[in-house]
Amino acid sequence: MSRLQLGAEPTTARASKRARRREENSHEPGLFGVRTWTKTRLALACVFAAVAVFPLLYMVSLSFQPTDDIFTTHPTLIPSHPTTLNYVQAWTENDFSRFFFNSMGVALLTVVLTVVLASLAAFAFARYRFPCKELIFYLFLAALAVPSVDLIIPQYILMARLHLTNSLPGLSLIYTSENLPFSIFLLRGFFEAIPKELEESFRLEGARTLRVLTRLIAPLSAPALAVVAVFTFNFAWEEFVVASTLIDKSTRLTLPIGLNSFIGEHTTSWGPLFAGSMFATVPSILVYVVSQRWFRRGVSVGGIR
Amino acid sequence: MDKPSGAGFRRARQRAGNLLTPYALLIPAAAMFAVFIIYPLYRQFNISFYDWHIFPGASNPGVGLTNFRAMFKDPAVRTAAVNTLLFVVITVPIQIVLGLAAAAILTDRLPGRGLLRGLIFIPVVTSWVVVAYIFAYIFAEQGGLANAFLSLFASHPVHTDWLAHRWTGEAVIWIVSIWKGIGWSFIMFLAALDGVPRTLLEASRVDGAREGSVWRHVVLPSIRPTMAFVLVLLLIGASQVWIQVFLLTGGGPYGSTQVLLGVAYQQAFSFFNFSYAGAIASVMALVVLVFSIVQIRLLRRGQVR
Repeated sequence: MSRLQLGAEPTTARASKRARRREENSHEPGLFGVRTWTKTRLALACVFAAVAVFPLLYMVSLSFQPTDDIFTTHPTLIPSHPTTLNYVQAWTENDFSRFFFNSMGVALLTVVLTVVLASLAAFAFARYRFPCKELIFYLFLAALAVPSVDLIIPQYILMARLHLTNSLPGLSLIYTSENLPFSIFLLRGFFEAIPKELEESFRLEGARTLRVLTRLIAPLSAPALAVVAVFTFNFAWEEFVVASTLIDKSTRLTLPIGLNSFIGEHTTSWGPLFAGSMFATVPSILVYVVSQRWFRRGVSVGGIR
Repeated sequence: MDKPSGAGFRRARQRAGNLLTPYALLIPAAAMFAVFIIYPLYRQFNISFYDWHIFPGASNPGVGLTNFRAMFKDPAVRTAAVNTLLFVVITVPIQIVLGLAAAAILTDRLPGRGLLRGLIFIPVVTSWVVVAYIFAYIFAEQGGLANAFLSLFASHPVHTDWLAHRWTGEAVIWIVSIWKGIGWSFIMFLAALDGVPRTLLEASRVDGAREGSVWRHVVLPSIRPTMAFVLVLLLIGASQVWIQVFLLTGGGPYGSTQVLLGVAYQQAFSFFNFSYAGAIASVMALVVLVFSIVQIRLLRRGQVR
């Protein structure tokens, strides 16, 4: 019985989707009136998409070309002698593997710290009353207007005093702090949208605050937590200025800094450089693609309130 | 030790616990934020009034407003201010217009809409270091796509060394920044245009309004809050332009493409003039803050009217 119902469900869903589509196609006027301008819009959208993607596709192509082909007066769009040598060279000879894992470690630590600290703080803002609550909240928010690069000088001085230069966890501490305001802002909105009654019934069974957070609030807030995790991951993964200021030991470099110092030493090795760039690009695009389905819900529910 | 277990005591203890809970939740995030963001912010402002040295034990005499006065006489700061202002004036409007155009095209139903949206957003999640290299290669003197493309239209092969001259270098910086920035304003406008009531549009069309005036009087006013938000954040971001300049031209040739944050960074980390750098960064932060507040006020007033 239940299996039958399960089987029936997608059909009705598909049918209703089809009905909705028919309705939208026939009646609903769009931004440009009843004429949909489908072909014109499609052509223009393809131009936008092509311009956005072309440089990256070109990078993919270059990363598979032997150095001789890259260094000609006639640029080659499609590799005529495709090779994976650049990847092997970048990964093994140029320490990109080390930079990759350094960056991955920093990014993951930053994600964990940010998600935990921001959830705790957002829970306090969403569910408790305490003096100066809104003032403290807006103090966090005001920091959104201060871009990270602006603070790099005093942060460098501070980290030097704390002996945290050339430290990857030290880097994570700064990244976490910079990601806290936005994350707290987003999570507070999301937590406030969760009905209080759920929490109360949970508490009646004797659960303490931390248990409420981990067993009830966190699972219900998965979309918002995913958005925070993605933004934080990308921030830490590609951050350049703070890392290049705080880190100069060659074994501690993160991927962006490793790539940048690489061009300084070998100005002619574009092939391995673009292969290394692929190592830097693929994870952030993967993370974006995987999380895309959470994005809309996470941003709109948390952001609008 | 025996715990007193009277009901009244337990309740009192629970109440005290409830009072302290929000602080316990908040303190980890707040402490990190205070140490790595608030304190550096104060410190940056503070050291700009001293002749401050990073070496422990050095004497740091107070110099009053000397650093701020020096700023206004410094030709490097003047060039950088002009370049920063030009960057803001050129890149922000173009990003808004193109981002809005792309959003208008892709808001309503269109075949392949999801994919096209994703592709347009991809430059945003690509790291600056990677982007800078791709474009440095595209605009390379030898074998660069840009020169090859222009050669198609010229009577003789074009050999422009784009990044070695001031205005061609600026052009590349602007192009790269616009390319990477469109996706962000696109996503913001997409959400806003989605919320524009289509019935309102139809009503004014039925009343005989032209397409242009429908957009001016109905569409643009209803996305005004998003417009304000995008404008303010783009202006803040653009006034803090630096990383792309650092990676593409390094501020050269002879500082002619340098921007304000670049001067500050160079003063701090090449010449160890931390106080002077702090003064530049502080003035920038103040200008941006005041400007954003004024702008939000103006846009809000317009909305009420």
